[in-house]
Amino acid sequence: MNGKKAVMAVSGFALFGFVNVHMLGNLQVFLGREAFNRYAELLRAEPALLWAARIVLLTMVILHIWASWKLMVLNKLRARPVGYVMKRSIVSSYASRTMYWSGPIVGAFVIYHLMQFTWGVGGTSHDPKDPYGNVVHGFQVIPIAIAYVVAMGLLMLHLYHGAWSMFQTLGVNHPRYTPLLKRFAQVVSIGLFLGFSSIPASVMAGLIQ
Amino acid sequence: MKLILHIWRQKNPSAPGKMMRYPMDNLSHEMSVLEMLDVLNEQLIVKGERPVTFEHDCREGICGSCGFMINGVAHGPMPATTVCQLTLRHFKDGEEVYLEPWRAHAFPILKDLMVNRSALDRIIAAGGYISVPTGSAPDGNTIPVGKGDADRSMDAAACIGCGACVAACPNASAALFTGAKIAHLGLLPQGQPERNKRALKMVAQVTRELFGSCSNIGECEAVCPKEIRLEAIARMNRDFLAGSWTER
Ligand code: HEM
Ligand code: FES
Repeated sequence: MNGKKAVMAVSGFALFGFVNVHMLGNLQVFLGREAFNRYAELLRAEPALLWAARIVLLTMVILHIWASWKLMVLNKLRARPVGYVMKRSIVSSYASRTMYWSGPIVGAFVIYHLMQFTWGVGGTSHDPKDPYGNVVHGFQVIPIAIAYVVAMGLLMLHLYHGAWSMFQTLGVNHPRYTPLLKRFAQVVSIGLFLGFSSIPASVMAGLIQ
Repeated sequence: MKLILHIWRQKNPSAPGKMMRYPMDNLSHEMSVLEMLDVLNEQLIVKGERPVTFEHDCREGICGSCGFMINGVAHGPMPATTVCQLTLRHFKDGEEVYLEPWRAHAFPILKDLMVNRSALDRIIAAGGYISVPTGSAPDGNTIPVGKGDADRSMDAAACIGCGACVAACPNASAALFTGAKIAHLGLLPQGQPERNKRALKMVAQVTRELFGSCSNIGECEAVCPKEIRLEAIARMNRDFLAGSWTER
């Protein structure tokens, strides 16, 4: 049980690192078509590196989902088979209580995201040579752009709790530093939301064409 | 003062239970919640009905026997207070008050508001001790203990094993209880030789009892009558991870 939670924290930490780097990379869309496409090409320049990164990420995703599934069955089904007539939460954050919702929805979003921009089967026009164009065309479909913003809102919720919880799980807690870690989680999760969402928002507003 | 009680009534561990309504009148705001139940039980006995079973012993907040949910919160609305210490002045006149037993797979309901908390004893038995030859008491101060360590160990040792942390946790996790026991011993020199092994053994027992896993949500900390902190859980995680490498 504790071991699975550690797996969750380590894999969550890796995915957390990835989403930060991914957001910074994506923000280059604001530098224009050429710069963004050059960056996209750079990522694919060395197939061995690309595949190494993909395999590591996929492993982390599988571990994270496997551990959360096992713990979900324990926590939500077995540990309290008969629920309360009346139960109130008094201090916990909404984000912390909804990890088992925000996580799977973000997971489903990631699958659609890959379908759309990696495999080109998301239903929007796809040109492997022009990632910038794919982004613009993708987000000109308003419902898709809104779905992205919503998914990023859920990722923000997941990391609002997860990005400090992973430290606690790995045994890091100190009256001086834990409040800072919580603040770190809040700032970074909101920053991720704003950074990622700025792209569909800018396309919808016509700032990126 | 008046209160309208809704109490979980269940005859035995396998019988189905349900909430029953008991309007109470002429209560004093100085009574504790348990004293109010004493009054109710006298009335029920006079009427020839089955009294409400609840667990209690010291009635001064130190034994950990008492404890149930009051309006959805373990030990009721006051922080750092057991139900035996909770007086009626914290309720509004005429308020509807719901009393319900702890609920967890590992805490089977015995009757009404009383659950079986033996699972916590089995967690202690699995490793919550130090192995020393007993005999005459050793001289004081032969083993130096830092003041900070002694204080924090004492804070953790304040855990009375009431089970409120399990009851409040959405996952029915016993992490705060187990963390408190591990911190209590692990902060002292006497606890060092078995420190990592203790965490492994106690956590293994927690798993066997089918308590849930900790999500670091913090509801336990908020209801703990002895104000045990989440820091104790981090310490358990640390000792558990260390033990996973060092023990064989
Ligand atoms: C970009 C994707 C994701 C990132 C960055 C991420 C990150 C994290 C982090 C850092 C934690 C905290 C670990 C801890 O409490 O020690 C966590 C917890 C959790 N994650 Fe994720 N996660 C992601 C996707 C997912 C997905 C797809 C799922 C669902 C299958 C999921 C389910 C969960 C659950 C249920 C928890 C709570 C575990 C608990 O508190 O017991 N996550 N995640
Ligand atoms: S009866 Fe002992 S703590 Fe309440």
